[in-house]
Amino acid sequence: MTATAEMTKNLTQPELQAAFYDLDEHDHPEGGSTMLGFWMYLMSDCLIFAMLFAAYGVLGGSFAAGPGPKDLFDLKLIALNTAMLLFSSITYGFAMLAMEKDNRGGTQLWLLVTALFGAAFLFIELYEFSHLIHEGATPMRSGFLTAFFSLVGTHGLHVTFGLIWLFTLVVQIGKKGLIPANKRRLMCLSLFWHFLDVIWIGVFTFVYLMGML
Amino acid sequence: MSDHVHPNHHLDDDHGSHGSLRDYVIGFILSVILTAIPFWLVMTGAIADKSTTALVIMAFAAVQIVVHMIYFLHMNTKSENGWTVMALIFTIVILVITLSGSLWVMYHLNHNMMPMTSHEMGQLP
Repeated sequence: MTATAEMTKNLTQPELQAAFYDLDEHDHPEGGSTMLGFWMYLMSDCLIFAMLFAAYGVLGGSFAAGPGPKDLFDLKLIALNTAMLLFSSITYGFAMLAMEKDNRGGTQLWLLVTALFGAAFLFIELYEFSHLIHEGATPMRSGFLTAFFSLVGTHGLHVTFGLIWLFTLVVQIGKKGLIPANKRRLMCLSLFWHFLDVIWIGVFTFVYLMGML
Repeated sequence: MSDHVHPNHHLDDDHGSHGSLRDYVIGFILSVILTAIPFWLVMTGAIADKSTTALVIMAFAAVQIVVHMIYFLHMNTKSENGWTVMALIFTIVILVITLSGSLWVMYHLNHNMMPMTSHEMGQLP
């Protein structure tokens, strides 16, 4: 008889089970780890953008005799776009402050103001894209344009989904009020929204400003 | 801090602070300044040397990202017992490896490709 078998003989069945996994039920409050989990998601999202930035860095100079950044970009438009996103960041901050004061109407109002700025950002971006495509600078034109549309388009897609999420929350707050679950959702969206602004800093610096140098 | 804080206290500690109005306003003003200067530099060409301008605007971007992290994302070393910062550091390490690695390798690839004569090009399959 081996040593292990001798040991197991003296143990009762529940003790044996407990040796392999934790049977202790501890308290896991609902949403207790949501914020950390959401942060992990944001970090992985950050890596997606890192790949797209890397692709742009590698392909950014491959114009295939097509138009380059200086022929295509309009910095005034980008400055306006950046301002929209920055304004939406601070208005979201105001929504969070209203939430902390349990001010339901104020939260909804500031969320809608944020949505307005976010929508303006998207509108300007789509205008820019349609302008580029109209000029023949489509994603198929060159490696530079493929990388450009992938990077900026992915960011724009994130903003779009952020907006959908934002409207959903406005409706949810309207229906259920500022319950803990809604507050948690608002905090997640807050992280998401400000994170998109951080990514945009990288985009306007590396793509637009450095492209125009 | 002990590992087994009561879950509810834990929740309150971490999510009680979302920054004050003052934080948001300071962050916003700093962001406006840190955005306006690079745009102004590039649009007016205030610095004649292009690589200097590039370095300056990259520095402004880095500072602005930190400002956003502190004033808008309310990052601090204590939230979630330090795990958010750990995740952030890990991400930054991977990010630096990915970006610098890709640029380095692809730059060398382009440079070290054997030059081809037009005759050789004609023989490509």
